[in-house]
Amino acid sequence: MSSPWDRIREDFPVLHQTVNGKPLVYLDNAATAQKPKTVIDALSRFYETDNANVHRGLHALSMRSTDAYEGARSRIARFIHAAEPEEIIFTRGTTDSINLVASSWGGANLKPGDAILLTEMEHHSNLVPWQLVAQKTGAKLRYLPVTGDDGLLDLSQLDHLLTTEVKLFAFTHISNTLATINPVAELCARAKKVGAVTVVDAAQSVGHMPLDVSEIGCDFLSFSGHKMAGPTGIGVLYGRKALLDAMPPWQGGGGMIANVDLFSSTYKPSPERFEAGTPNFADAYALGVACDYLDNLGRPEIQRHDGELARRAYARLAELPGIRLIGPPGERGGLVSFALRDVHAHDVVTFADQDGIALRGGHHCNQPLMKKLGLTSTARASFYVYNTPEEIDVLVASLRRILKFFGGA
Amino acid sequence: MSSDLTELYQQVILDHNRRPRNKGRLPTANRVAHGDNPTCGDQCHVYLRMEGDRIADISFEGSGCAISQASASLMTTQVKGKTAAEAEELYRQFHEIVTSGKEPEEISDLAAFSGVHAFPARIKCATLGWHAALNALKGEAAPATTETHSD
Repeated sequence: MSSPWDRIREDFPVLHQTVNGKPLVYLDNAATAQKPKTVIDALSRFYETDNANVHRGLHALSMRSTDAYEGARSRIARFIHAAEPEEIIFTRGTTDSINLVASSWGGANLKPGDAILLTEMEHHSNLVPWQLVAQKTGAKLRYLPVTGDDGLLDLSQLDHLLTTEVKLFAFTHISNTLATINPVAELCARAKKVGAVTVVDAAQSVGHMPLDVSEIGCDFLSFSGHKMAGPTGIGVLYGRKALLDAMPPWQGGGGMIANVDLFSSTYKPSPERFEAGTPNFADAYALGVACDYLDNLGRPEIQRHDGELARRAYARLAELPGIRLIGPPGERGGLVSFALRDVHAHDVVTFADQDGIALRGGHHCNQPLMKKLGLTSTARASFYVYNTPEEIDVLVASLRRILKFFGGA
Repeated sequence: MSSDLTELYQQVILDHNRRPRNKGRLPTANRVAHGDNPTCGDQCHVYLRMEGDRIADISFEGSGCAISQASASLMTTQVKGKTAAEAEELYRQFHEIVTSGKEPEEISDLAAFSGVHAFPARIKCATLGWHAALNALKGEAAPATTETHSD
């Protein structure tokens, strides 16, 4: 019986090209993933046949467009096992989603004396919004430490950090630099005991593994479409309905109001309350199609595939002289970050690019984590459904040439 | 190894990267400036001891890619003993080399950076140390950043 995995690379048009004369080896999936033809075609088809502004419109195209948009909301609710579609708010992406929670929930609920608990491995997008709201409200930031190069959260510190002053605990599901898979359900359960609201950054996890918000037990969860084979510019904030309906609007405009007078307005319930202005309905529709694509492959299978590539890459890279690998050696998400003793990450990326390999080098929006580990940058290879073990061989061969070049003479 | 790469990483650059000149804090400095490249995380401090209008001594500290470190190192050797105006003229020549790829008529180690022009994303690596040095010459306390300066 044929499997959708058999000819998976044929689903992704962008893979079939050469870069600097070499076949493209795309290993920058944690930054953004490539799109299958079904998603690209869905987007064109939508613009060619159904495009019209959503809601309010009474004509045929507007109704089709609204159905596509609201259908995507339902599809995404099912994708993460939300209780109802109204718990899905469309945003521009993970960063936008976290800023929404920080401004709206944080602005209304935090006060001096309160604490916000974060972890040392957070991406800047799950760090700077909390700094901003802390400055506005007088709440203080606390950080759950990372143990070291093995990249685990130091859970032994949780008892004395997660106290009743903590009103909100925000943490990543999978670290974009360390590849650590955090015990999110346990963290949510611990937060619940002190009455803290939880915010999970699922940018690196939702397209790579099964995800069920009811099993995780989180209050909010955010992710981006473009890292899960969907379009750029569309993302999701999941929030428990009771919390969302008690939150003030974030941005004002059309679509989010019930009634407007010259000096005051009343607002719709969620999700419309948080979707001011014309929403990004075309990309939302295509994100629903991306969910179909991923579920057809099977998310347990995707997790197995990406995890196997990451562990294989970790083992092969560990053989290189002078390499420092960060993150857990065993169970990990589908990426590997490394630093070469004598070659800076940007030189690694430039050399690899000449071999057709797309890597990322830098601080990966993790400056506090880098400082903690005594690094200024790492190079990162991140994997997705279309990557192969042979591509890891190409990467290792390229890195050996780089080491020889910088080590010689 | 592609020819573009060997042009980018010429021996002069590899040598300065491996054995940076004038690296470390300069205890006698009377001017200091910091440069950073926020997207890369590259950092560069430049220390100057000015005697009148002349750069009597110079050093740099920093971390970054081979291009940025070699460029800062070579920059210190080129501007030491020069006046502020001469240093600015050298930067003008250097900038022309890294953006156009044209080598200067006079023989100069700066020509080693001509390969950078084929890698536009790396031009700001090559100019980081120079930006910091020029800011130190102007006595500006604010960090130089490659994001706000034109390369």
